Formats: sequence, structure tokens, C-alpha cells
Amino acid sequence: MNTFESAIGYSWFILTGAVATVELTLLSCLLALILAMLAGIALTSDQIAVRAVTRIYVEIFRGTSVFVQLFAAYFVLPFVGVSLSPLQSGVLALGLNGGAYGAEVVRAALNAVGRDQREATIALNLTRWQALWWVILPQAVVFMLPSFGNLAIELMKGTAVASLITVSELTFQAQVVRGQTGDTAMPFLLILVIYLLIASALISFVRWLERRFGRGIVSANT
Amino acid sequence: MGLHVASRAPDCQPIIEFRNVEKSYGSLKVLEQLSFSVKAGEHLALIGPSGSGKTTILRILMTLESVTAGDVIVNGVCLNHEQRGGKQVPSSEAHLRRMRGAFGMVFQHFNLFPHKTALQNVALAPVLTGSLSKAAAKERALQMLENVGLADKAHEYPSRLSGGQKQRVAIARALALQPKILLLDEITSALDPELVEEVLNVITNLRNETDMTMLLVTHEMGFAKDFSDRVLFFERGKIVEEGPPSEIFLSPHHERTKSFLRKIIAAGHRL
Repeated sequence: MNTFESAIGYSWFILTGAVATVELTLLSCLLALILAMLAGIALTSDQIAVRAVTRIYVEIFRGTSVFVQLFAAYFVLPFVGVSLSPLQSGVLALGLNGGAYGAEVVRAALNAVGRDQREATIALNLTRWQALWWVILPQAVVFMLPSFGNLAIELMKGTAVASLITVSELTFQAQVVRGQTGDTAMPFLLILVIYLLIASALISFVRWLERRFGRGIVSANT
Repeated sequence: MGLHVASRAPDCQPIIEFRNVEKSYGSLKVLEQLSFSVKAGEHLALIGPSGSGKTTILRILMTLESVTAGDVIVNGVCLNHEQRGGKQVPSSEAHLRRMRGAFGMVFQHFNLFPHKTALQNVALAPVLTGSLSKAAAKERALQMLENVGLADKAHEYPSRLSGGQKQRVAIARALALQPKILLLDEITSALDPELVEEVLNVITNLRNETDMTMLLVTHEMGFAKDFSDRVLFFERGKIVEEGPPSEIFLSPHHERTKSFLRKIIAAGHRL
């Protein structure tokens, strides 16, 4: 039976895994955000070819398991001459996966901004890109943020899958401790709490963004 | 009234000309073989029952709608076609952008940008279209807001303004690009009755103090009468009757015009 002291001993080891988990979360969230924005905007394009290519990306990465995508990134890409580190593979797979889900959120949010806003930008002779950047996106972001918060948490929890390709993140470290000490309860209770803390931090950040972008929009509509 | 217009716009070249314009949505014909022209500096009121095509005319001019057939000429240049390689082709986005420069439009529901303050709403387009520096645009925007009596609301978001104030910001925003032609689309229809006057006063000032060409779509017959040099009465996408406001409102010839005005008066609108 393991004692409290030995738990303190390996806690530090597990905590080092939190660094990798946060790193993996932030980098793949960033990649997912960029992909979601680009793909979401592309899904609202007039050009059918642009929409088609984007639709293929979204359906492939939403429709297959992130587990398979991760293994493909780590074990299959080397066959075509691309060798990625475990962390890079994790970021790539989680980012592509999150981006595909996020693209639908961006598309729906862009469409949720009223037609009247688009017409006002035409009447003011703005270009399409000016309209998107200065008028449509700032309002659409407010619709996106709650869903983005959910996706970010999903993605953070998904980082545990990266333990399967030897990224030393929380779950991986907990498995190592379990293997070496035979103790299951403490290491997993510990990482459970850490996951919860990271999730709370993410949620607070998204709430802050919602307040910041919601100025003038949230309370009432024009 | 006619003399007054002639002295203001000496050139006979119309600033806007509709030539046999048709507009349909599927099988629904909104405009039918419509031809009319507007002189520079003229104040035109477009009246008629809902669905008669008045608003569509403004939306075609603002390039929010395309025409199904016919031509719209603005300042001698075709709006819906352009010449390329000696051939007439449908307007490109670049051509439409050049043409839009002549117009400003005020919408029934204001269409203000809710995430921007009144000042930012007015200053945005002059900065982005490159016509003014940031500082100059801000200065002009403040001037525009002062002209509509809202200098003190410059830093408020639209959600904190009344309907009348919102519409006055929208007018200032449309004027910031200094259009030659102002399109006013039922600009008081969404307002509470007690807020209508403040908006109409702004339009009256514009009418009297600028030489802008103005097209007004409205159900405020009393205002249309005072505002316009000429009135077009529409029904089912066609002009039924046109003439000076004194004639259209006080002694209309056409039976349809008479019955429309009777209904409007019965609904509580003053003449």
C-alpha cells in the first residue's frame, strides 16, 4: 500500500506532465483556431471550388477518429518523408481535428450576422474583405466564443490521446507512475484535478473574451 | 416648384435614368418595363402600396439587387453593364464599387454597426475607402454628428440610443462619404411616432442646404408633399401617375392614386 509520502514524491513527476499538456493544448488550440477561421470563411465563399475543398477537409477530420489521425501523423507521415516529433504530431492531429469542428462554428456564426449588416457595408462601399474584417467578424466572434470554449475544453481533454504516441503529458506520466508504483487512485485523482484546473483557466479566458468582444452587442441589438 | 429645380440643375443630362428596367424574383415581377429619369439636384418622392417596387428601385441603385432586364444609367454610365474588350458584360465588382461612390443610403432599420460607437460608425467608411486620414475622418464624423444634433452621443454604442438617434447617426454615416445622390428607404417607418419629426427635420435641412439629389421612399405623405419636387406613384412595379406634389396629393388624376391616398388618410396619416 502506498502512503501519502510516496504520493508527494511522484506528484512532482506527474506535474511535469502538466507542462506538456498545457503546451499541447495551447499549440493545438492555436492551430485549430487558425484553421477554423480560414475554413469557416471559405465555407461561406461564393466560389464553389473553394467551398468543396474546404468541405472535404471538414468532413474527413470530423468524420474520422482523432486517435486514427494521431497515429497517421506520427506513424504514416514518415513514409512520405515527413517525420514529426510526438509533440508536433499531437499538435497537428488535434489542431486539424479541432479546426474541422471549429470551421462549422465559424460558418454558422458568420451566417448569423444579419444581412442588414452586409448591406450596410455595400452601401458604404467597403470591399468584401473590409466588410468581413471590420464589420462581420467582430460581431460573429461573439457568437463563436461559447462554442469555441467548449471546443477548447474538448481539445484539452483530447490531449490525453497523445500519451499513446509517447508525449509525456499528464495521462502518460500517470500511467508511468501507475506502472512503477502499482498505485492507481492517487495519480489519477491528481491528474483529474489538474485537468479540471486547466479547464477552469480556459473557461475564464473565454468568458473574458466574451465580455471584451460583446461590448455594444450583447445587451441589445441594433 | 419646377422653375426652382431648373435653376438648381441647369444641365439637362439626367443623373439617373431607368430604361425599360425589369426585375423579377422567379415568377414574381417586381418592376415591369420601368422607365424614368431624375435630374441632378432633384428631390423625388416614391410612393405607393407595399410591394409596388419603390424600395427595389433604391436597392437596384445601391447595387444591393441586380436588374433582370433593361439598363440603369447613372451619371451617363451604365450601372448594370460595363464595356470590356468592346463588348457589354455584366458589371464586375470593381465597376460596381466605382458606381457606388455616387450613392449614400439610409435604411428603414438603420443597419448601424452595433459593435462600434456612433463616431466609429460614421468614421469607418471614409477611413477604409481611403478618402480621408484617420484624424480627418474623425473630425468629419464629429462634424456630421453635430449636423444631426448628436455631437454629445459620439461615444455611445447604438444600443444606448433611441430609434430617432440611431437613424440620425445612420444619416450622418451615409453623408460622411459625401454622396451626390442620397437614397432614403422608409427611414421613419421603424420609429415610434414621437421620434419621426427629429429625423424628418434633419432631412429637411439637407434638402434646403445641399444640392444633393435625393430619392425618398415613404409612407409619410405629409412629408413627401413638402419635401419633393416631383412624386412618382407606383403600383405593381409600374408608375401609375407622376407629377408635382401639389397635383398628386391634391388633385390626382388616376383612380388608383385617389384610392391609395384615401386609404393612407383613413389610416391616420396627415397630408
